[in-house]
Amino acid sequence: MAAAGKIDPMHQFTVEPLVPLHIGPYDISFTTSSLWLLIALVVIYGFMALGMKQQLVPGRWQVAVEGLTGFIDDMVKVNVGPEGKKYVPYIFSLFCFILVSNLLGLLPLAIVGIHPFTTTSHFSITGILAVVSFSIVLIVGFWRHGLHFFSLFVPHGTPKVMIPLIAAIEFISFMVRPFSLGLRLFVAMIAGHILMEVFGSFIVSGFSGGPVGWGVGLLSFAFIVGVAALELLVCAIQAYVFALLTTLYLNDAINLH
Amino acid sequence: MDFASAQVIGAGLAAIGVGAAAVGVGNVFGSFLESALRNPAAADSQQGRLFIGFAAAELLGLIAFAVAMIILYAR
Repeated sequence: MAAAGKIDPMHQFTVEPLVPLHIGPYDISFTTSSLWLLIALVVIYGFMALGMKQQLVPGRWQVAVEGLTGFIDDMVKVNVGPEGKKYVPYIFSLFCFILVSNLLGLLPLAIVGIHPFTTTSHFSITGILAVVSFSIVLIVGFWRHGLHFFSLFVPHGTPKVMIPLIAAIEFISFMVRPFSLGLRLFVAMIAGHILMEVFGSFIVSGFSGGPVGWGVGLLSFAFIVGVAALELLVCAIQAYVFALLTTLYLNDAINLH
Repeated sequence: MDFASAQVIGAGLAAIGVGAAAVGVGNVFGSFLESALRNPAAADSQQGRLFIGFAAAELLGLIAFAVAMIILYAR
């Protein structure tokens, strides 16, 4: 393997401190990750603020904002029912944050020298989001139903003999939820970015390798255009799936089953 | 066989699981489309379930990918 052309697809996920800050043994530096989290906040806030003028005849921007809020509102209403109204703000923030951070990480700003950092490509971020969702489900469930919440593990109409087995399986599937929720988003993001990095490097090393190399470079270029389009779709789907699954888990906690 | 080559072969074998997940995802969307064309009126109401099925099938492929990465970058 040639040492000069070695591809390092994992380098893009390095968290680098911008403003080093240490308190005692803790490292709380302002990192690239924090910077892009802040940018996501500014983008979401700006998008919402521009469309919240509440005009009687909405402009284009207001229609966009209303479309987004209406989409989440509908999703919660269909899946949870009228009881879910209280949780719309949480689901909405979750969806917006994941969607915007996913899309920010895909921006081709490297052309002008800025390297976007995908905050959702770190398990520390997605894991925390998943744990927050899971905690809300637990708190709501025990708040509303008390110990009756455990009937979640025994679906209606289970034969008496099967109850221990079914309860064990349901318990495992319940406890796996936060992991699968966080892992799905994190791995989907990391896989897409590695794929794009690898094929991007194929273009660069292909064009310094004679006629055959040019062919490889052109093929990789055509491929990467398709992958970029697919990645945009994956960004939206992952945000949607995360919000949808959180809604469904909330539905379990609110209405049992 | 030295450690580095075993590592690369292992990561390649682990990547087979991603292909299996591709079959699963294709199956989810294919079956949805098939039944949606039979009864287009009911298709919209099942979109949520479509994405749950997609998410479940995809997760297993992504886990295969994560395993491949863990093997590839193991020291």
